[in-house]
Amino acid sequence: MATDTTLETPAAEVVSSTAPKKKNKPQKFLFLRNSKAMTGLGILAFFAILAIIGPWIAPYGAGDVSKDLLQAPSSTHWFGTDHLGRDILSQIIVGTRGVMVVGFIAGIGATIVGVVVGVTAGFIGGIGDETLSALSNVFLVIPQLPLIIIIAGQLPTAGGVTVALVIAATGWAWGARVLRAQTLSLRRRDFVEAARANGERSWRLILVEVLPNLTAIIAAGFVGTVTFAVLSQVTLSFIGITPVSDWNWGTILFWAQNNLALQRGAWWWFVPAGLCIALLGMALTLINFGIDEFVNPRLRSTGLHARSLRRRGIRPRIGFTPVVYEAKEDRT
Amino acid sequence: MSAATTSPAATPAAAKTGDPVLEIKNLSVDYGFDDNPTHVLRQASLTLNRGEVLGLAGESGCGKSTLAYGATRLLPPPGLITGGEVIYHDRDGSSTDILKLNDAELRASRWRDMSIVFQGAMNSLNPVYRIGKQISDGILAHSPGMSKAQAMERSAEMLEMVGISADRLRSYPHQLSGGMRQRVMIAMALSLDPQVLIMDEPTTALDVVMQRQIIEQIADLRERLGFSVIFITHDVSLLIEIADRIAIMYAGEIVEKASSQDMYRRPRHPYTDALLHSFPPLRGPRRELGGIPGSPPDLSNLPSGCPFRDRCAFAFDACSSITPELIHPGVGGDAPTRQVACLRHDTKAVVDAGFEPQPLPEQLVLR
Repeated sequence: MATDTTLETPAAEVVSSTAPKKKNKPQKFLFLRNSKAMTGLGILAFFAILAIIGPWIAPYGAGDVSKDLLQAPSSTHWFGTDHLGRDILSQIIVGTRGVMVVGFIAGIGATIVGVVVGVTAGFIGGIGDETLSALSNVFLVIPQLPLIIIIAGQLPTAGGVTVALVIAATGWAWGARVLRAQTLSLRRRDFVEAARANGERSWRLILVEVLPNLTAIIAAGFVGTVTFAVLSQVTLSFIGITPVSDWNWGTILFWAQNNLALQRGAWWWFVPAGLCIALLGMALTLINFGIDEFVNPRLRSTGLHARSLRRRGIRPRIGFTPVVYEAKEDRT
Repeated sequence: MSAATTSPAATPAAAKTGDPVLEIKNLSVDYGFDDNPTHVLRQASLTLNRGEVLGLAGESGCGKSTLAYGATRLLPPPGLITGGEVIYHDRDGSSTDILKLNDAELRASRWRDMSIVFQGAMNSLNPVYRIGKQISDGILAHSPGMSKAQAMERSAEMLEMVGISADRLRSYPHQLSGGMRQRVMIAMALSLDPQVLIMDEPTTALDVVMQRQIIEQIADLRERLGFSVIFITHDVSLLIEIADRIAIMYAGEIVEKASSQDMYRRPRHPYTDALLHSFPPLRGPRRELGGIPGSPPDLSNLPSGCPFRDRCAFAFDACSSITPELIHPGVGGDAPTRQVACLRHDTKAVVDAGFEPQPLPEQLVLR
């Protein structure tokens, strides 16, 4: 090729010489490569499986009375027993379903209402915005727990789904408010204006241009609402609003509180339920962090390569570009 | 090979004009923390002398801003400096490597040694504070003993210096025009009397009249205060006007360094020549506007050899296998500090690699 001076030949040569170099392939399931999200999803999956198969794998019936009264954890009763000789581990396992069902029904319901109200209010503006904002403000100032207690108390059966719907109906306003504010800001961005100038319809503007930009906020709001719903449900059960035969972690705490578990030193009665609540909350928060790092492209690279960054001693920050001496010095 | 421009001159106790104030040596920058980062800056070397205006020019995305922000360590993640040195020579002759400073030292050095006027700087002012407070804020951060009144006095002085009357101290940013806000940013950048001022397209958003005023102001201030300027722009004609020396960048590398007059009248690199033929000359005979066909290469998948060869009218077989290095151009009578990275000039490298050297085209041997 030394005699060939056309441009094509060198170019073809280059293609072949760079071919072995690893190309950036579009990577799938990036979200699952985030260790925080993975941990959170793992814990959540554990509880979800427990919620599905709980009643079949529980060693005893949750309400089965036995002669082993108030036993400390042993090989027959891993988490001990309560004052009626009921197995705490079985109560935890059976109660998982109540917690998860209420948490997710309430979370999904509140998120849908919040997105519809918030994005609509932010996007349409004018009198519609005023009305919807007023509505969400009303729901914001109503103290939620007392309202839930009153509504749940009025209903003939305050079962799991009922409680979930009540929590969803009262808990959407915060998300709607945040989404409205963000939509207001997005609506005026150049890319939305450009899409409008292109003749895109309002529903397309909302669904294709605005909503994807709200993913992180919606996801964070959803996770937050689920946490809130779980805590509300546990609280309601703890203070005895829901039927005590509907087992969930709050019911266990209700029985423990009513029978002076703390004073009797029966720590196995309330510690496992408390830990489960904390663990579920942690899982949801970790997922939230993962979503944040995944949705924000600037954080994505950092989140995905956290381990290798730590190994190379790189701390990515704005304003202090990290320096590593890795480039080969081939110029003098 | 580049003894004339990059070797540090012996620094006397009292720094004088012409000594290097900032030496960027083999600076490499990657974007991306993954296994396959994009090498956006590859061993770029640049020397800024005391009191001179150094222009950095090139197309968008060729690494001009990356070079300036890399040298000041202001690149946001996922930017990563992977090698090199940025040596700053203070007035008293002491030298520091910016890349080796810790956080506190870097914080202290910023704006006192080197300051920056950002791209679109006029939007960098906070709308809720008066400009006097914003200027004095920076001054106070670097001089802990100073009283607020003194800092305000200094701010007023700086405003006067950039041609804004001191009673504007109590204005909010929205009460100023774009040009005035830009001057406020320049005043802010100069308020700690830095040695090096980096201006990243400081006049791009302004009209030509305001652009001229600001450029003249900078030239005037430089004569009075004696700082050095790195001026980044893609407006080559503007650079020829104000810069003492110009470095042309292409695809993350510096391809030519010369004084601005040499660059304008006697370009030695085909890319420089093409850039100069992309805008109409104000004087002299009419010439055809060539433009440059194609677009800069994809930096994440850079071909071997010269990155410009696919767009170059003078590319030959050696260009695809040898990466050109900065050398003294192969034209007799050029200033000793000139450097160009082109194989048409580098006969030795071409012969060493076993190719037939090609003669220099007449556009690149103008005198």
